[in-house]
Amino acid sequence: MGRYVIRRLLQMIPVFFGATLLIFLMVNVMGDPIQGLCGQRQCDPATAARLRQEFGLDKPVWQQYLTYMGNVFTGDFGTAFNGQPVTELMASAFPVTIRLTLVAIFFEIVIGITFGVITGLRRGRPVDTSVLLLTLIVISVPTFVTGLLLQLLLGVEWGVIKPAVSPEAPLDELIVPGLVLASVSLAYVTRLTRTSIAENARSDYVRTAKAKGLPCHRVITRHLLRNSLIPVVTFIGTDIGALMGGAIVTERIFNIHGVGYQLYQGIVRQSTQTVVGFVTVLVLVFLVANLLVDLLYAVLDPRIRYA
Amino acid sequence: MRGAMRAGWTVCAVAVALTAAACGGGGSSGGSGASGVVSASWGDPANPLEPANTNEVQGGKVLDMIFRGLKRYDPKTAEAKDMLAEKIETSDSVDFAVTVKDGWTFSNGEPVTAASFVDAWNYGAALRNNQRNAYFFGYIEGYADVHPDTGEPKATTMSGLKVTGARTFTVRLTQKFSTWPETLGYAAFAPLPRAFFDDHSGWLAKPIGNGPYLVDSYARGSQMSLRAWSGYPGPDKARNGGVDLRVYTDNNSAYTDLTAGNLDLVDDVPAAQLRNVRADLGDRYINTPAGIIQTLAFPYYDTAWNTPGGARLRTGISRAINREQITDTIFQRTRTPAKDWTSPVLGAEGGFDDTLCGDACDYDPAEAKKLIAEGGGLPGGGLKITYNSDTGSHKDWVDAVCNSINNALGDDRACAGNSIGTFADFRSQITQSKMSGPFRAGWQMDYPLIQNFLQPLYYTNASSNDGKWSNQEFDKLVDQANAESDPAKAVDTFQQAERVVRDQMAAIPLWYQNGSAGYSPRISDVALNPFSLPVYNEIKVS
Repeated sequence: MGRYVIRRLLQMIPVFFGATLLIFLMVNVMGDPIQGLCGQRQCDPATAARLRQEFGLDKPVWQQYLTYMGNVFTGDFGTAFNGQPVTELMASAFPVTIRLTLVAIFFEIVIGITFGVITGLRRGRPVDTSVLLLTLIVISVPTFVTGLLLQLLLGVEWGVIKPAVSPEAPLDELIVPGLVLASVSLAYVTRLTRTSIAENARSDYVRTAKAKGLPCHRVITRHLLRNSLIPVVTFIGTDIGALMGGAIVTERIFNIHGVGYQLYQGIVRQSTQTVVGFVTVLVLVFLVANLLVDLLYAVLDPRIRYA
Repeated sequence: MRGAMRAGWTVCAVAVALTAAACGGGGSSGGSGASGVVSASWGDPANPLEPANTNEVQGGKVLDMIFRGLKRYDPKTAEAKDMLAEKIETSDSVDFAVTVKDGWTFSNGEPVTAASFVDAWNYGAALRNNQRNAYFFGYIEGYADVHPDTGEPKATTMSGLKVTGARTFTVRLTQKFSTWPETLGYAAFAPLPRAFFDDHSGWLAKPIGNGPYLVDSYARGSQMSLRAWSGYPGPDKARNGGVDLRVYTDNNSAYTDLTAGNLDLVDDVPAAQLRNVRADLGDRYINTPAGIIQTLAFPYYDTAWNTPGGARLRTGISRAINREQITDTIFQRTRTPAKDWTSPVLGAEGGFDDTLCGDACDYDPAEAKKLIAEGGGLPGGGLKITYNSDTGSHKDWVDAVCNSINNALGDDRACAGNSIGTFADFRSQITQSKMSGPFRAGWQMDYPLIQNFLQPLYYTNASSNDGKWSNQEFDKLVDQANAESDPAKAVDTFQQAERVVRDQMAAIPLWYQNGSAGYSPRISDVALNPFSLPVYNEIKVS
């Protein structure tokens, strides 16, 4: 187990460098960011040169990358164009996005798995058909439509929620955005759980457990669910990264000042430091989440062992 | 049960609003209705919030509230009126003697003196401070020493600025510029307190100025709370308790928040909502001219566009564009078809003339076809209009302009849009002279002078002459106008220069842009100034 974790951690190193290098190059290809700083006019050449020097843009790309990585390891993620350190942006954005992601994951687990179990055990019944139909609708409607619709109905027409989340983004204001963000994944979780449960419901160990005379809820939670959750856990694990980075649309609609918003602004302003910094952290989150998922397999299914 | 839930939410919202209002009242007043606080939409300023470093509207909002300069542009007429200036005298349009009014202080109690101005201007001009608006000081003698085009600066202060007394200083310019005092209303010319220089990062975290508002708290990237300064000595005191500027991720979400009653003022109504705005807000929607003109510029460095018959060709293209129809259908009348190369905010006295372009800006497909043929036809048989697709709704109007040209010429391939992904890339291709056809150009005035609409854009090698147009007669007239000491004659000469631009069709004027804003029933007396900034200090809260 220990050796497995170490091996996985070592594998992260090349992935980390490769990913950051790619992002760095991509942001660079977008062109000279300094020109965008002076509005509709030409930057005066002397100031532009000074700014390029200050942000290290006058050096070749490989050198910029090396300097940047060197700084990252000392905890310095550089400065955004508005003079704010990127670490400061992260400190304000990540807590918000993590809260939003937690709300979304909570909905995925609670609603998704509950629906999955119910439909999996009641295959072909009306409840199964209607939930399937519902998930189909949710999957096929784009997030921004669901988001704008809920914002308009709940926020403006009925006044149940505030349509725009305040900068502090407390948990209660994130419930609806979290639900919107989770909606598509939630539908997938329902469908995954349903299939897995339906398949395992007929397996030998479930029959044995029933034959032993165990109560029904114990059969489901201890035996059936535990084994059926492996694909679901895989999905939710990878979804953490996707939710954190992919919240751009939801965050813009509900005015959430999180990672998605900062990334968007960084891209529009071509601030290499902001974009690379945030994506680097997201890559790390993704890698760690994946590792945790793999380790969870062993907990869920005793047959899986890591050497 | 559901009803109870909803009530719970409402109570919650009210409680939040109450605490916010209570905070807003500050120490001086208990947050009564009269000193209510306005909540307004905001965007994160792109640059650090220094007066000479702010060149966009979001930072401009704050500067307009916390600073007052020597002059201030009248929010209605755009006329430059004395604010901190007691008098600005000159005999030769080169040497100016400035006297600062007595009794003005910064909100920390420090008096505003001549040195507050001179130090601020020297800071703004110095190359080592990387100020985006440094070029504003370019007319002052000694600018080239503190801000050389190449190499290290030779001096730290401009030789043209001299403090002659506690409240007096002199300015020497490098050329005759009779209307120079009228440029001083721009935020870059604001005075700065010692705290700005002594504790720079502290100042940036909580700016101190001399305007009607003071910064109460500033959470970067999310909110700035400004409160009325009770000790403000100026005539334009705040008529509300303060302003909370809230950063929105998107102007659509700000608009939604306004319609839901959680926000008082949105100063940028999203294009997608223009159709509904009358229904949503009724007469709480304002749409007034701003000092912005949109044009199509041409690459004169490309020989295909710089031909002897070029003027006819460009005039032909201009006449093939149906401006009325495009402003009506695409912009819902938030833009007005252009009739000259300036802006209506200047007023007739300032040099705006809605007859100047005349026929050359009127839609006439038959004449357009004739002129283009006479001008040698479109280079390469067609033209591509280059624009950036990340901001604004440029694609919509470029496609419409092309449609209009194609219909006029009866040729589906005559015109097409050429989109560039980001504004920065668009700008960098322009600066590298890589345009192969007409491109989108927009100009937002720095100060309401006809000079500002002509010289930076069309003078040989001027800072924003992106098409590298050059015309000796135009240059001569501009020099003459700048040297003219009588303002009315100066305006007249500038208009003569503008006629040269028209005859050569240096750039095709498209439309004047309006500023738009929407507000809640809670506030009144909302107006936009000629820079399309809300006039915050005049807003009343009921």
